[in-house]
Amino acid sequence: MRSKKGILVSLLVGIPALLVSGCGNRLTVLDPKGPQAQTQADDIMLSIWIMSFIVIAVFALLVFMLLKYRASKQSKDYEPPHIEGNPIVEAICVGIPVLIVIFLSIVSVQSNNKVEATPQGYEGKAPLVIYASSSNWKWHFSYPEQGIETVNYLYIPTDRPLEFKLYSYGPITSFWIPQLGGQKYAMSDMVNTLHLAADVPGEYMGRNANFSGKGFAENTFDVEAMPQSKFDDWVKEVKATAQPLTKEKFDQLLEPGHLGKATFTGTHLDFSPPPTAENGGHNHGSSNSNEHSEHHNQ
Amino acid sequence: MDFFHRFAVPHPNPAIYASMVAIGLTVIAIVAGLTYFKKWGYLWREWLTTVDHKRIGIMYLISALLMLFRGGADALMMRAQLAVPENTLLDAQHYNEIFTTHGVVMILFMAMPFIMALMNFVVPLQIGARDVAFPRLNALSFWLFFMGAMLFNISFVVGGSPDAGWTSYFPLAGNEFSQSVGTNYYMISIQIAGIGTLMTGINFMTTILKMRAPGMTLMKMPMFTWSALIANVIIVFAFPVLTVALAMGTMDRLFGTHFFTTNNGGMDMLWANLFWVWGHPEVYILILPAFGIYSEVISTFARRNLYGYKSMVASMVIISLLSFLVWAHHFFTMGQGAVANSIFSITTMAIAVPTGVKIFNWLFTLWKGKIEITTPMLYALLFIPLFTIGGVTGVMLGMSAADYQYHNTMFLVAHFHMVIIPGVVFAMLAGLTYYWPKMFGFMLNEKIGKLAAWIIAVSTLLAFMPMFFSGLDGQARRMYTYSEATGFGPWNMVALVGALGLAAGFVLIVYNIYYSTRYASRDISSDPWDARTLEWATHTPVPAYNFAVVPQVNSIEALWDAKKKGHVLFKGKYEKIHMPNSSGVPFIMGVIFFIWGFAFVFAIWPLVILSTIGIFACMAHRSFEKDHGHYISVEQIEEIEGTETKLRGAN
Repeated sequence: MRSKKGILVSLLVGIPALLVSGCGNRLTVLDPKGPQAQTQADDIMLSIWIMSFIVIAVFALLVFMLLKYRASKQSKDYEPPHIEGNPIVEAICVGIPVLIVIFLSIVSVQSNNKVEATPQGYEGKAPLVIYASSSNWKWHFSYPEQGIETVNYLYIPTDRPLEFKLYSYGPITSFWIPQLGGQKYAMSDMVNTLHLAADVPGEYMGRNANFSGKGFAENTFDVEAMPQSKFDDWVKEVKATAQPLTKEKFDQLLEPGHLGKATFTGTHLDFSPPPTAENGGHNHGSSNSNEHSEHHNQ
Repeated sequence: MDFFHRFAVPHPNPAIYASMVAIGLTVIAIVAGLTYFKKWGYLWREWLTTVDHKRIGIMYLISALLMLFRGGADALMMRAQLAVPENTLLDAQHYNEIFTTHGVVMILFMAMPFIMALMNFVVPLQIGARDVAFPRLNALSFWLFFMGAMLFNISFVVGGSPDAGWTSYFPLAGNEFSQSVGTNYYMISIQIAGIGTLMTGINFMTTILKMRAPGMTLMKMPMFTWSALIANVIIVFAFPVLTVALAMGTMDRLFGTHFFTTNNGGMDMLWANLFWVWGHPEVYILILPAFGIYSEVISTFARRNLYGYKSMVASMVIISLLSFLVWAHHFFTMGQGAVANSIFSITTMAIAVPTGVKIFNWLFTLWKGKIEITTPMLYALLFIPLFTIGGVTGVMLGMSAADYQYHNTMFLVAHFHMVIIPGVVFAMLAGLTYYWPKMFGFMLNEKIGKLAAWIIAVSTLLAFMPMFFSGLDGQARRMYTYSEATGFGPWNMVALVGALGLAAGFVLIVYNIYYSTRYASRDISSDPWDARTLEWATHTPVPAYNFAVVPQVNSIEALWDAKKKGHVLFKGKYEKIHMPNSSGVPFIMGVIFFIWGFAFVFAIWPLVILSTIGIFACMAHRSFEKDHGHYISVEQIEEIEGTETKLRGAN
């Protein structure tokens, strides 16, 4: 019996160690490529360490009690005493968790404000605004500044803060590029803002993380981060080669189903504007702490 | 042809046809068996019409075990599909239906009846009462739950299962994106079962507050009764929200209203808010009675009183309050802004404090004890480390900035399975083993029981630990397949092994029931575990009236003090006992509710009207009925008490 417990202990203590060492490849979320994902990965690692301390404390206490107070280790006539409680012990059992929760709360509130604002280190720069809208089961990316639109893939410059405006043409979806930062919902009656930035050029996985029906599993997109100059070249190339996006073409794209990648000049924002522009939407005052967005709670 | 087309499953496959055949054969076998052994009368008199809380408890227990295997089959299919990349065992539609029904069945039709089973059986005995406050309402509660569960289950073979997730977020669950009747089943069957649960909540609150034995003040109630009281208070506050949300959802689907659709002023996140305002407290409705069971089991087998009784009670009260203040942590990513997220982040993490107090109290109950590892105790001891892992990952999820990365991933799935399985399921299995002798008059085999407990514990780790990693590696929940390049394959393969292990563990428990039924000794005392509280002061099996003489209580551990300090529990002579009469109406009303629900799902309006009239007729019948119950005479009591004492050799 004790050996089985030993296996359990080593399994549990081994987990955080395993996570940190990473077993060769690091887990996607713990391999951040931007300041927002970095904040989140730091929070995750910090909480894993603190929580492993608690798990180990509970384990140690349990093992101690089981080794010391097993009936088989005691005399037959031993009568366990009646103990109501102990103010000191209970103060410790409440006090330490309270301190930990207070500490984590402070960290949590700080991180909240960080991930809801322009990424650290990018404050001075004007953000690149990209409208990311989902339809069954595709992603449409509109670049109003550049006047272009892509489907199911995303090119982004590395040295600029990114401001994603999220909404949906169908069920609730969730826009997620794990290595750049955590996800946020895209809904059909409001526009959410997600602040991201990429520090390093590279290819990243993006997907819809919120179940949206039959085609959900394949509801992914590719993200490529590149230096500004390369990004500008790409925009130029798109403008020279891609077809314009018409209303008919866009309506066709909205039909449920899967598509490969596609590129257009112009955006759908002109003839099919996002919900905020249309009816005020349900902006929860969420998006941008710099922006003081209006509250239109219907 | 059109008429039959409506009841056809939209996406039939071999599993569905096999189920149709299996259901048909099972029904024929049951009907034939009952007829051959001439058991129809027995079934009707002793079970279908019973208002005895103990029998209702046993019926809840049987339903819960059946549903455990239904939900478990779904789980195995899911794990099998995900075990390797690009698997084609199931298609997307089938997978979506399976994870939806797995969630609903496990939470509402397995875990809920399991706690109802133990609450029904134990609470009246533990407080020295002869029945619950409203015995007939109790029977109706059971039949509504049971018919709700049956209605939900037939969706698999008639009309199509719900496929929008157990949370059924709109607009995905609306008519536009979920066209089959599946989501109608979801709305209506949960509604019927939920009304039953709400009535149970009222019933048990009343029972515990008004029917305790003389001397049992609130602060002398055993811990399981305390946990049941708090859970029922939460039920009474939370379930009406679900009732309203489901009614609105039903109207959206069947009557063209737009509460949750996103045109005509509807709001999709309104559903999410209402759902989780019920859904988060629901978690504590499940876990608090489980904590109560652990408290009883640990103090019994540590041979010591429960450490920190008052702080246990206080922590449960605090948890119940906090449970209503955290629902928005289910959608930190909705875009509610840093301020709202910070508030809900802090309230969420705050729950860790009272929960931690409970864990430490159990640990200190072991301190200076004389620990005996029986099967129920083994579950309780394995619960502590496993639940701690589940609990601390909950704190991690509570940090809202980090939650942006955990949300909707397998990390979350791993977290809630690591709290619900060790927390609720282990507790129910511990409670099942612990109370089995009181329910059925023999003990379950300890050797098989302990083996099953070990298999289940190790398999839980194998099944769910990998999900923490695959979640952090970017595997979203509810994906029916993934590519090889993602690297999720090995994690999911280990999870499948764990799931198979869990299945083996549960099968072993069923084998244990079979084995013990055949071979276990019937010659056991009424208090085989040497326990501490009143439910063990009755005869085994428990007579209909529970206690021939109402006990006098002096402390939290009434029976223990009677055994050790010589307190006299039963003072006074036998007097005639008033008991409620059995009634067929709750069962009939349940059947009519089933027909009503079925008609509603398929919008067969004449049948809806007819069955609505039937339901009101049952209620009218009750209001005009003159039923004053019956008395058990002193002679009968003497005979029962005499025979039982002789037969069982009990004290």
